[in-house]
Amino acid sequence: MTIVHDALEAKQNDEYRKALSELLFQLADDDFITAYRGSEWLGLAPHIEEDIAYSSINQDTMGHAAIYYQLLEQLGFGPADALAHSRPVHERKNAIILEEVNGPGTYLEEPRYDWAFTVVRNYFYDLYKKIKLESLKNSSYEPLAQAAVKINMEQYYHLMHWETWFRQLTLSGGEAKTRMVRAIEKVWEDFEGVLTFGAVGGELAKHGLIEGEELLKKRFYSKIKLIFEQVQLPEPAPSGMKSGNGRNGEHTEDLKSALEVLSEVYRSDPSAVW
Amino acid sequence: MEKEIKDKILTVLQTVKDPEIPSVSVIDLGMIESVHYESGIATVKALPTFMGCPALEIIKKNIVSAIMELEDIQSVQVDFIYSPPWTSDRITDEGRERLKEFGIAPPPVFFEETGMWKVDCPYCGSGYTTLENIFGPTACRSILYCKSCKNPFEAMKPISTLM
Repeated sequence: MTIVHDALEAKQNDEYRKALSELLFQLADDDFITAYRGSEWLGLAPHIEEDIAYSSINQDTMGHAAIYYQLLEQLGFGPADALAHSRPVHERKNAIILEEVNGPGTYLEEPRYDWAFTVVRNYFYDLYKKIKLESLKNSSYEPLAQAAVKINMEQYYHLMHWETWFRQLTLSGGEAKTRMVRAIEKVWEDFEGVLTFGAVGGELAKHGLIEGEELLKKRFYSKIKLIFEQVQLPEPAPSGMKSGNGRNGEHTEDLKSALEVLSEVYRSDPSAVW
Repeated sequence: MEKEIKDKILTVLQTVKDPEIPSVSVIDLGMIESVHYESGIATVKALPTFMGCPALEIIKKNIVSAIMELEDIQSVQVDFIYSPPWTSDRITDEGRERLKEFGIAPPPVFFEETGMWKVDCPYCGSGYTTLENIFGPTACRSILYCKSCKNPFEAMKPISTLM
């Protein structure tokens, strides 16, 4: 595997640059929308300690998205701020389950958000993100490998956080348990969207950017199997992609309205500091 | 001559503090990886503690203006780099003392096998402490409570590439 040391080198090989940017857009957009959905919990989390923890996690996660957008900027895709704020819905590469609203209502009006859904979505997402980061540490693109080492150290705490919530709520009885089981079913229906690299997935492994989709999925499923055993749930069937494949630019109204809200300031003054 | 100016830069960097922990300099936090000086141009390579740290831009600006005060400096460039990654063991002994002065426990020893930390209270030194929240008011800090002197306090998170 040839190591590509910087953006200048990456730009000399069109195929490589294309595969690399595809991966970076997926990583960036996933973290970006995850951090945004998380930020909508500010002031609404179940208790004050969680409010502090979750906002800290969202701040980190937005930082992770920012570094991926910066890597894209270095590759000639335009300013990171524009990549984050002004790309139209159909160009976004995030998985659909990550864009889904936290629950009925809006932040300002009757936010009836679902904490069980949030815990399950974040836990599964962060579990897979960790698996991807471990692989990215050996990426052929050196700046990405270095970023992965850095991000992975923060991810350790995020994963630990969601794991604690997931185990405690799932192992409890009554409403918590019922709602967790329902949330797991809901997240699972679309989780394949997180696990896939979309139409160009094969290209990524070919260039040594990250290991193959099947291999990473296998690692995820064996981890899930173990966890489900520990919380006494039956092993789940392979996950689905009910709402479409976000990697291929398919998205829902939820993403459209999220982008409208989050880019409102940027659109009114693109030179404002992010 | 160049060596002399470089030393001056390192000295002036001791006055650049973390805006969120004003007792500790960027040097003591281990954020400065290298300083380079050549014919009027200073280049500083710095390591962000956490990726989403909102203080980074302020720190950058403060580094630039501190160095610009020196003679023989025409321009200053500050680059944030990720390799080597910042880890909490980069904090100097001086930095650990300054953190305590500010009521923040320095990064505790992290036992990899158990995932447990050992944190002493920065006020009374007691080890009889509990972790209230791994996440604190900033990305790099956690919230703890001392059962001996009954003070809540913060600790820098242990951050290591082994995680």
